[in-house]
Amino acid sequence: MGLFILRRFGVMLLTALCLTFVVFFLTNLYPNLEKLAKTQGNQRMSDEQVETWLENRGYLQPTLVKYGQWLGVLPGYIKTLDDGTFLGTCTRPGSTEETTPRYCGVLQGDWGYSTVFKDEVGSIVGKRLGNTGYLMFWVLVLMVPSALLVGVLAGMREGSALDRSLSTFSIITTATPEYVSGVIFIAIFTSSTVGLKWFKGTATQAMETPTFENFFLPVLTIALYGMGYIARMTRASMTEVMTAQYIRTARLKGVSFGNIVMKHALRNALIAPFTVIMLQFPWLLNGVVIVETLFNYKGFGWALVQAAGNNDIQLLLAISVVSVFVVLVTQLISDIGYVYLNPRIRIS
Amino acid sequence: MEPLSWTGSIAFLNPILMIALAALIVSIVVWIVGSIVLPETPVSVNVDGTISSGSGMRGLTQSALKYSFIACVVLSLAYIVLGILMGTSAGIIGAISQQFLPVWLSLIILFAMSIAFKRRLGLYGKLFDSPIGMIGFGLVMFWVFTGIFGALDLIVTHDPLVQVSGMKNKVPGTPLPSPEEGEYAWYLLGGDNLARDVFSRMVKGAWIVVQIAPLATMFAFMVGITLGLPAGYYGGRLDTFLSFLANLILAFPVILLFYLLVTPEIVATGVPNYMAAVLFIFPILFIGVLLNSRYYTRPKFRTPLLIGVLGLALWLYLSLISTGGYVINTDDYRIWGLPTYLDLFDIPGGILVVFVSVVFVNSPTVFRIVRGLALDIKTRDYVAAAQTRGEGPWYIMLWEILPNARGPLIVDFCLRIGYTTILLGTLGFFGLGLPPESPDWGSTINEGRKLLSIYLHPALPPAFALLSLVLGLNLLADGLREESLKD
Repeated sequence: MGLFILRRFGVMLLTALCLTFVVFFLTNLYPNLEKLAKTQGNQRMSDEQVETWLENRGYLQPTLVKYGQWLGVLPGYIKTLDDGTFLGTCTRPGSTEETTPRYCGVLQGDWGYSTVFKDEVGSIVGKRLGNTGYLMFWVLVLMVPSALLVGVLAGMREGSALDRSLSTFSIITTATPEYVSGVIFIAIFTSSTVGLKWFKGTATQAMETPTFENFFLPVLTIALYGMGYIARMTRASMTEVMTAQYIRTARLKGVSFGNIVMKHALRNALIAPFTVIMLQFPWLLNGVVIVETLFNYKGFGWALVQAAGNNDIQLLLAISVVSVFVVLVTQLISDIGYVYLNPRIRIS
Repeated sequence: MEPLSWTGSIAFLNPILMIALAALIVSIVVWIVGSIVLPETPVSVNVDGTISSGSGMRGLTQSALKYSFIACVVLSLAYIVLGILMGTSAGIIGAISQQFLPVWLSLIILFAMSIAFKRRLGLYGKLFDSPIGMIGFGLVMFWVFTGIFGALDLIVTHDPLVQVSGMKNKVPGTPLPSPEEGEYAWYLLGGDNLARDVFSRMVKGAWIVVQIAPLATMFAFMVGITLGLPAGYYGGRLDTFLSFLANLILAFPVILLFYLLVTPEIVATGVPNYMAAVLFIFPILFIGVLLNSRYYTRPKFRTPLLIGVLGLALWLYLSLISTGGYVINTDDYRIWGLPTYLDLFDIPGGILVVFVSVVFVNSPTVFRIVRGLALDIKTRDYVAAAQTRGEGPWYIMLWEILPNARGPLIVDFCLRIGYTTILLGTLGFFGLGLPPESPDWGSTINEGRKLLSIYLHPALPPAFALLSLVLGLNLLADGLREESLKD
């Protein structure tokens, strides 16, 4: 088991390195750098000015060198201009040659400086992740129990009325992407045309004072889309368990239906949904980006949109590291959890 | 011109429909509750050994449900039929059903033909045995026909890009202030915030989806199959390497990838063209290997066939990837492609990058599915028999394993078209790739949502259109799965 986890960590590290390099390569293509220079410097810069601007800040070094600097294995780029301004990859506004460290990379714990938000990337990502974490917590609280309940109820008697109606419900939710359900919810529950006005159409206030009124719709929108899939998987696993030999034996021995479901079937039926829930995280991440844009909730997904729209290289890299980390860790947890829950599988 | 109401002169149907809908909802609830509370239907054994079951209370709830459902369907059909006959005097619904007339006709012909010949049509015919599959197929074909006829300018009432002054954000059914001769006199579903017709934009949006989604999914399947079969069949290093690559792409959050790939700056660097050149070569490889492995024992037939098919495929490939005589045309350097007089069609950079990234995102998942299926099927006896006969590995993969994996693959194909539709909508929603005035559903939803608290009508029609298409594809996949499990 230890060796297995160690190997998985190795693969994870390799994956993260490859992915950040891809992000790095794409954000450092010349047209992107040109856009960065124009948004940071001056929209009307000539081509030569753009080139000097980029040259002075070390953006025109070979990609591998820049990547090494971002990782922190190569010393940062430093340049003092003729007029005495001190520039470089490790500098912050107002820093001088003495206060600037030689290495500034991920290995040193320095995630860089965001050109959009004019702040340390580490603190931005931390703050935004906090907001999104809060959102995700409530999404999971809503989604997981209701999905499992729907799946178990549907799978307990295959082909029954309850099964068919719940299955239809879960198919509808999987067919409704967040930007459709969100728009429909906003239209029905918040607009003045329909007149219900039960909820707020934006979740901007929810960052400071989350209430049911301004926070429920975003949570519901993300939860619904993920729910259908988990419910269908739970249903499939539940129907499989309910046709197993030991369930038939229990029925023949006269155990009541409620007891069969609760005591015999449920535990075995919940192994598969566990992995599905874990593997659902990357999709939730997508939902978060859409919903945060739709409801104007300034979390991680919102930061991603801002960073990508303005080619904020270091913020984008940090965001991709975090999201890749989330994806890979949940995969690892699902593998380990599967082994732990299912005693028939052992990894030597 | 009077503004149109929703149902016009057939408004007398509304209370009846309301009653039928209420009855349907009540009977669904009773049916569900009844299935839990009521006792199971009594079964009695007759003297001659047969068994018969009484209808009981459950049977009653079931027939109540059936009749109320039929009542709802009949009433909705009445709206459509009356609408076709009466046109605008039957209100907005009537006018819309009249505009959709070619779609209704094609649907009726398609269903009549399919049901008449369903025993001779294989899996497709069996689809018409399952009600769920039929509903799904109907929804999908509705949008396919809408897309096709919309592209032929049959359904649309106005140009989706033309603005009519005075129609900004007007509610559904508003007449044009001064309609010209021969111009449709109403905005059936209202005007959007740039005074364009919402109805026509929704119909035109269907064409974009119907064009891109199935084609992109097909390319993704070609890539996934061409790489997944050898990975599963050979295993070993090749498998490890390809699986690592697939997991690498899968670990990328889709939206981050879109934001990195689908920007004008990236299009300017030519990265999508490189990706297109690599990804689109897989179908050629696939077809080439498929035909060669089958006919290599008959070189006299094989050689002309391969030359013909591959020649055509290469021509299509080159016209696909080259635009204006170049494969890659950036400021720094360019690579020559097919000369313009041989180039069949040009794809604008914005569409190409959308297409490429959707294929790129979908193919690793297909790869994983195909690999898993190949791993499973290669242990079967008929594969061992083929190996003993001395068949080549590619023959076994493409002519023994692949046909036996078709059931799950067809089902996944339907689901994946739905997923691709969602992805296209996501791209439009974030304003990536497609031009901002494009009528695709994602972009229109994105535009409409900004004024959603005041004006509902610009955002809701595309949202429901997308929802019903994806729902149809999911139901279709469900029906196919059910029917393919039966044999």
